[in-house]
Amino acid sequence: MDWLLQQSINGLGLGSIYALIALGYTMVYGVLRFINFAHSDILMLGAFAAFYLEPQVSRLLGGPESVLGAILIAALAAGLCALLGILIEFLAYRPLRQRPRLAVLITAIGVSLFIEFTAQHDKVFSAKTQFFPRLLPEHTFQWGQVFFSSTDLLVPAVTALMLGAMWFIVQKTRTGTAMRAVSFNQQAASLMGVNVNRIISFTFGLGSALAAIAGILYAMKAPGIEPLMGVQPGLRAFIAAVLGGIGNLPGAVVGGLVLGILETFLGGIPWLSSYRDGIAFAILILILLFKPAGLLGKATVEKV
Amino acid sequence: MSRSGAKRWLLLGIALAAVASYFAHSPELGLNRYYLGVTIDAGIAIILAVSLNLINGHTGQFSLGHAGFMAVGGYTAAKISLLVSPAGEAAWCFPLALLAGGLLAAVAGLLVGIPSLRLRGDYLAIVTLGFGEIIRVAVQNMDSVGAASGLKGIPKYTTLGWTFGLAAFTIYVITALVNSTYGRGFIAVHDDEVAAESMGIPTTRYKVTAFVIGAFFAGIAGGLYAHHKQFLSPTGFDFLKSIDIVVMVILGGMGRTAGVVAAAVILTLLPESLRAFAEYRMISYSLLIILLMMLRPQGLFAFSRKSGGAR
Repeated sequence: MDWLLQQSINGLGLGSIYALIALGYTMVYGVLRFINFAHSDILMLGAFAAFYLEPQVSRLLGGPESVLGAILIAALAAGLCALLGILIEFLAYRPLRQRPRLAVLITAIGVSLFIEFTAQHDKVFSAKTQFFPRLLPEHTFQWGQVFFSSTDLLVPAVTALMLGAMWFIVQKTRTGTAMRAVSFNQQAASLMGVNVNRIISFTFGLGSALAAIAGILYAMKAPGIEPLMGVQPGLRAFIAAVLGGIGNLPGAVVGGLVLGILETFLGGIPWLSSYRDGIAFAILILILLFKPAGLLGKATVEKV
Repeated sequence: MSRSGAKRWLLLGIALAAVASYFAHSPELGLNRYYLGVTIDAGIAIILAVSLNLINGHTGQFSLGHAGFMAVGGYTAAKISLLVSPAGEAAWCFPLALLAGGLLAAVAGLLVGIPSLRLRGDYLAIVTLGFGEIIRVAVQNMDSVGAASGLKGIPKYTTLGWTFGLAAFTIYVITALVNSTYGRGFIAVHDDEVAAESMGIPTTRYKVTAFVIGAFFAGIAGGLYAHHKQFLSPTGFDFLKSIDIVVMVILGGMGRTAGVVAAAVILTLLPESLRAFAEYRMISYSLLIILLMMLRPQGLFAFSRKSGGAR
């Protein structure tokens, strides 16, 4: 019983991070219909931004591990990554907007590799793992034989908050209405006076900010940060987005949580644990075979 | 390239391979071991790129898992060789080991090809990537092939002759196939799947066939690679290896065999000659992908488009 509860808490924490990354994937996919492979690298850059900002912010506020400091660091890192996301879209993806989707997909892989290899260079971040500073005071709670930390509570809370914020932006604001219009039909939206380029930039900025926050949370749980830290969670989050129905915001969160919990439980079974890296992909293949639209997605018919 | 042209290529390739192999491996005229090794690398790259070209170029699918098929073929062939003669005294079994590796890789291709019938573009790319990863994870957990520490002591059977003979054979089979009446179906699937379907072309069967044949040759390349490097490790067959092959196909111009062969050779030799700039190698490599997609999406070596032949 304790084991079950402990694994559920671990799964929920992992799943919430997947969900947060998946939200960003799904938003970009919603408007542009392509997988932004560089999303997982923005996540890494968000963690590194926090890593370099932490000493400055601590000095400014006169001490480390304050709540205000953590919020400030997260906001600055998210802002930086949002700008970077907009820049990547402008430089690499926008010139290819009218090209076949395959060309954009290959470019996205190229951008992702470019960020990874540049970050691994000795003069940038170097390939070695670095210790991530503690941003918040951490408490550990015990309930019977079950242990959980304040971070375990923080991660799902932030994910829920972000889902709420994204839902509000997409459903309740004028920009959100424009985003949905672009997602539905880019050409028609543009004829109705929607500035398509600006909406796409905005979406990229938003998605990248989410990735940065997810990166910081991931780094808080992980032992350290390195330039390839985003690759595995990024792939899992993409799978989570497909699992929930890509383009669907609550679907991304549901997919993330399901994947996180399944991975934790299946990975906890002794004879399966060494196959952990393959579990997520096996789930992906099964879902695409049996329910390609995802758990919450609607099946679409291709019109000719 | 006409069909008789393809046959000429085959004969020329095999003859050249035989002659080159005789000289290169003879003790007195022999090439320096390093150059010999790099040349064999280039030959293996040709097989990989031309076979991926059938899937990604001619048929217009997008596979990111070619390294996985290569791994299946490589490990199978290596294990067979080691079982027959651990000391490496059974060169007669080499072609059989290669064939077995290719066939098992083809089975893997069938397994990947079947789900691919329902998927397109991005989804297919991710699923093939996933299959590649699953194969890698599986190999990592198989103690009989050395698990994570790798399979060591594979006999050195791969020669220049075998490599380029098989490269010529691969080029021949794939060009002849695509140029045949049957093969027009691949190009139809590439050009417009919906139109092809409505013209009565079994698009599903063509896609699966492309995966099976592509995987078969990738498996052969894997076998050659195993008996060339004499060491296999699961990390050698990761996502980046697949990307390497994809870049060869893109650089050469999707579906253009001659371009793809040239790209495979150049992308194998270039890093070797740029060892001094090794730290910037991968950075410039990724920039190359981005710039290529923006400036010359049809491929660097794709010039005029000949009508009526395999492009």
